[in-house]
Amino acid sequence: MMTEALPPALILLTAAILIGLTRGHVRSAIVLLSPLVTLWATWQIPDGISMTVDFVGYQLEPIEGSALRRLFATIFSLMTFVGGLYAFRHASALELAASYAYAAGAIGVAFAGDLITLFVFWEAMAIFSTAVVWCGNTPMAGRAGKRYAVMHVIGGVILMAGITGVTVQTGSIEIQAMRAVDFPSWMVLIGLLINAAAPPVSAWLSDAYPEATSTGAVFLSAFTTKTAVLALILLFPGEPVLIGVGIYMIFYGIIYALLENDARRILAFSIVNQVGFMVCAIGIGTQLALNGAAAHAFAHIIYKGLLFMSAGVVLYRTGKRKCTDLGGLFRTMPLTCVCGIVGALSISSFPLTSGFTTKSLISEAALAEGLAVIYFLLAAASAGVFLHAGIKFPWFVFFQKDSGLRPKDAPWNMGAAMVLFALICIGLGVFPEPFYALLPYPVEYEAYSPGKVLFYLQLLLFSGLAFFLLLPAMKRTLTITLDTDWLWRICMKLLANTLLVTMIATNEAFSRSTWPRFDAMRTWTRRHWGDQGVFARSWPIGTTAIWISVLLSGYVLLYYI
Amino acid sequence: MTVEREKDHWLVRPRTIRRLWIVFSAVLALVVILQFVIKVKGYFGIDGWSGFAALFGFLCCVAMVLMAKGLGLLLKRKETFYDD
Repeated sequence: MMTEALPPALILLTAAILIGLTRGHVRSAIVLLSPLVTLWATWQIPDGISMTVDFVGYQLEPIEGSALRRLFATIFSLMTFVGGLYAFRHASALELAASYAYAAGAIGVAFAGDLITLFVFWEAMAIFSTAVVWCGNTPMAGRAGKRYAVMHVIGGVILMAGITGVTVQTGSIEIQAMRAVDFPSWMVLIGLLINAAAPPVSAWLSDAYPEATSTGAVFLSAFTTKTAVLALILLFPGEPVLIGVGIYMIFYGIIYALLENDARRILAFSIVNQVGFMVCAIGIGTQLALNGAAAHAFAHIIYKGLLFMSAGVVLYRTGKRKCTDLGGLFRTMPLTCVCGIVGALSISSFPLTSGFTTKSLISEAALAEGLAVIYFLLAAASAGVFLHAGIKFPWFVFFQKDSGLRPKDAPWNMGAAMVLFALICIGLGVFPEPFYALLPYPVEYEAYSPGKVLFYLQLLLFSGLAFFLLLPAMKRTLTITLDTDWLWRICMKLLANTLLVTMIATNEAFSRSTWPRFDAMRTWTRRHWGDQGVFARSWPIGTTAIWISVLLSGYVLLYYI
Repeated sequence: MTVEREKDHWLVRPRTIRRLWIVFSAVLALVVILQFVIKVKGYFGIDGWSGFAALFGFLCCVAMVLMAKGLGLLLKRKETFYDD
């Protein structure tokens, strides 16, 4: 083993254990300080490999630094800090510890230099994120957590199969760019895409995340899908399949969010939508596009965390999360409302917010490649994002009608966390240049040209008009929307039940028709070999001795003859 | 009735909402008119037309809402659908 750097994932993992062992102010101090130490350690990692471990004939590289990896580890650490600030007074020690271990997994993946290390941290994330879902502590969270765990175990098995195949094929466990051309590489791609909530299994995300606690969902929104984005950038840049997958995710997220009544599930669908933008960018695969994917992931974690925080405060104060139960909360929750609106404007890539300066990189990449259809689809999607998340979420939660609820505004720590993220959203939108400097490839891009700003203002403001004109058509109903998870929640259950019923029936029929025949054989067998049967009963030693002497005499006699 | 309405938050009074609509409409008109002053670069021709983004955004939203409505007819179920 050789190491030149302190592994950032190890810091958070240690913190997770200590959170479980301590209480009171010591625990709070660990929760708040450990992500900052992790952030510092992240920036001490130089480019290239700075740690190796020998493992069953392979040389593992648990820490490999690059601008891209540091960027993701930075946002993961930052998210952990702000999430910790948001949660430390309200979440249980178990949930905090699980969340920190989950974040450690994400940072481990960010620096993983080889496929085996990547897989180990990948699975750690699956385990600890399931624990975070279960901390929701309701029967619904229990069941959703089980479905979530099964999905990620399947994803893990597929990824492992792929990694094994790739390793056998290339003889190397290095993380290097590939194409989905044969069975192993497809398996790796599918394994990664399952964590990115790609079709046809996108439903795991909107099923599980809204069942977590108000604090747990904030952590969940950040890590799993974005580590998948990072892994896709590292392993499949420019894979053409991803363009189509990304576009599908974008519109799936919009349509399902439009139909949804649960405020936090609306946000969950919009994660799929936003990750779709990143996946599509990875599919385009140019330096500009990959910069866009990375930058958008960074900005997305912040505004999505902010949105989940604001929905979390509402859930914490009112115990409600359905649009039909909420409304009019701006009266008594001005801070939560304003922060929610900043998050909503950012996700809609409104000018002067982080969404505008990062998502436009992706559109620009589509332009540069001359992908007209993709460019217009992305523009349509931007309008759709404003529709489903940008206006719908704040409108139905904070305005709409007067629900009669008069909850208090956010507790100080939740408020501080939201204000911090809201400021970063605007900061990245107003001063994008220092942030662009952190991106993996050099950026020569002017975020604000008057024509582009006007284009997007027209697009977004008229989407807003469409929203208010179509409001009667968007009246919320007490419904859920069927998704592909219907296949395993209903169909497979039916199939299993049918199979069980058939097996029981077969068994009964068999006993009725065939057992009597077997019975005769059994009686015969028992007579001869049973405990009183002639071949099985014990004989006295005397009898045995007589028989032996008879046999021996017979033998001697025969010998002489 | 009038007294009760006055007790409402100023933001939800009908008068405010009417004013907000006027301001919003003015802003909408402004961003379209501004295109005569600020040139929007048309990368594919059509996207440089005046008011293209406004119309495109509006129509896309209408289309998406209608599509969601249509799918909803097919896929919407009661909340208790999955309850055991």
